[in-house]
Amino acid sequence: MLSALHIAIPPTPVLLSQLLIGLINGAFYAMLSLGLAVIFGLLNIINFTHGAQYMLGAFCAWFLLQFTGIGYWPALVIAPLVVAAVGIVLERLFLRHIYRLDHLYGLLLTFGLALIIEGVFRNEYGSSGQPYSIPSQLTGAQNLGFMFLPNYRAWVIGASVVVCLGTWFLIERTRLGAYLRAATENPTLVQAFGINVPRMVTLTYGFGAGLAALAGVMAAPIYQVSPLMGSNLIVVVFAVVVIGGMGSILGAVVSGFVLGLVEGLTKVFYPEASNTVIFVVMAIVLLVKPAGLFGRTA
Amino acid sequence: MAGAPGAAGIGGGAAALSPRGNLILTVVLVALAIAAPFFFYPVFLMKALCFALFACAFNLLLGYVGLLSFGHAAFMGSAAYITAYGVKAWGLPPLIGILAGTAVAAFLGTVFGWLAIRRQGIYFAMVTLALSQMIFFVALQAKFTGGEDGIQAVPRGYLFGVIDLGQPLTMYYFVLAIFLIGFAIIYRTIHSPFGQVLKAIRENEPRAISLGYKTDQYKLLAFILSATLAGLAGATKSIVFQLASLTDVTWQMSGEVVLMTLIGGLGTVFGPVVGAFISVTMENYLAQYGSWVTIIQGVIFVICVLTFRRGVVGEIAHLVRRFAAPAKEEVVHAATRPAPGE
Repeated sequence: MLSALHIAIPPTPVLLSQLLIGLINGAFYAMLSLGLAVIFGLLNIINFTHGAQYMLGAFCAWFLLQFTGIGYWPALVIAPLVVAAVGIVLERLFLRHIYRLDHLYGLLLTFGLALIIEGVFRNEYGSSGQPYSIPSQLTGAQNLGFMFLPNYRAWVIGASVVVCLGTWFLIERTRLGAYLRAATENPTLVQAFGINVPRMVTLTYGFGAGLAALAGVMAAPIYQVSPLMGSNLIVVVFAVVVIGGMGSILGAVVSGFVLGLVEGLTKVFYPEASNTVIFVVMAIVLLVKPAGLFGRTA
Repeated sequence: MAGAPGAAGIGGGAAALSPRGNLILTVVLVALAIAAPFFFYPVFLMKALCFALFACAFNLLLGYVGLLSFGHAAFMGSAAYITAYGVKAWGLPPLIGILAGTAVAAFLGTVFGWLAIRRQGIYFAMVTLALSQMIFFVALQAKFTGGEDGIQAVPRGYLFGVIDLGQPLTMYYFVLAIFLIGFAIIYRTIHSPFGQVLKAIRENEPRAISLGYKTDQYKLLAFILSATLAGLAGATKSIVFQLASLTDVTWQMSGEVVLMTLIGGLGTVFGPVVGAFISVTMENYLAQYGSWVTIIQGVIFVICVLTFRRGVVGEIAHLVRRFAAPAKEEVVHAATRPAPGE
């Protein structure tokens, strides 16, 4: 069968390194779709600005290094906080006016905000990328016997798994998360119990934006820091979200990693399709299980 | 989603003029369009007309069925590529080339629509966006599309073998005729019983289902029609500019048509036309400022969503209605108050 299709089995190192790249991409898909799912859960808004916030996170880290000499590790904390603050301002200024409208307006509004943010950065920095070097503690690679694993990539995968599980724990297993889930189900009732739902909504949006920025900082040394880095990614993440369904946090995380791997595998066996494979998977999932693999409602 | 009708729903609440008002306005506008090339640059007018048809096709879906497609560039772009390739490489006559491009858009619309109507609301938008991004990558990688260069120097050729479309004025009237045909099809669709069912689906889909309408079939048919006409616009555009390029299949283009429709007025007959002219004019003047076009488009998006949801035409219609019948307006307003939540 394989020989009939003229598909050669690639040597193991090639396969493994592509799988590693797939896993790295998957880590970013997972973190971004997680943020989208958290925001969508409470605000019922698909945050089109998510890609721009990811880009802002990367640029924030770059600014910190460039103008104040603050390195990667502090930036990992500062950039998400800054972008979260920007997100909170956006929510207070714009998003809160449209909650009572059709959800599609939320998509259009955040799309407009993304255009503005990306346009401003493109005006300043063009579409070329700025390099951001790997922190000195994480340079080099481990020889695993069957392949070389760059330290930084191992860190990104490990850190994103921790971030995803941490978010899952926060939402599914803590009191704060319980309030959040309750407010998702019935905001009016939760408000009647004396919980400040509007503030929770604002903070949730800030949290989602911060997650995107964290992913952006982690991406900065791997991909270049460029104004368009987010907008190219966000469409893929939308497809990931459609495949996983936004019903569950774990669903978003698992489908993010798995689709990253699928993309990596496609690069080995049929490179021409590696850009489109996630969209093809999406089409198949829509045919077989329209609500998404982990979706609760149609 | 389905439970949020009227002012809160996409497209709902924006009123059209009376049929007679529409007829008079149409006659006036057609007369203006015939005279226009003597006062304005024909290429500008042709560009605006192509985008106007594109926006009208898009509005059929968003304004009258309540489906936000974020991937309409796929239909416009693929039709443009097929037409450009057919005319240039195979030497097809322009009209046959345009029909071929339109047919491909119709086919794509059938497949995409069939997939996308399985999900509603926001998911529908994301699905169409993702599917159109697939077309973008195909256009980027396929051999016949010319990659980053696109298909350039497409000959305009001779209409029916005799009429030289190389003449700007002739080409303009050809484009105007195509636009009017497309516009008439949309107008007829909106004002037919089929169109009434579409509006019922927009306002309250579960109720339309409970009344016995197979809403999926209606939505699919509307999607195919919208995609086909978007393709017609793209095919015509590729003959006008003698070019099919990646710009036409990017998601930014899909966003632009949303913006045109939003500025002009969702769910109004003439809104998308007005929006397209505003948008194309704006781009003409701002082209030299690079990314400022994107920023200003973003600002307009934000303003439209926050304070100007009826759009130019919708706002005018609203004022006219309020002026004509102040008492009736009260009743309408109360009836279309947004329903809380889902």
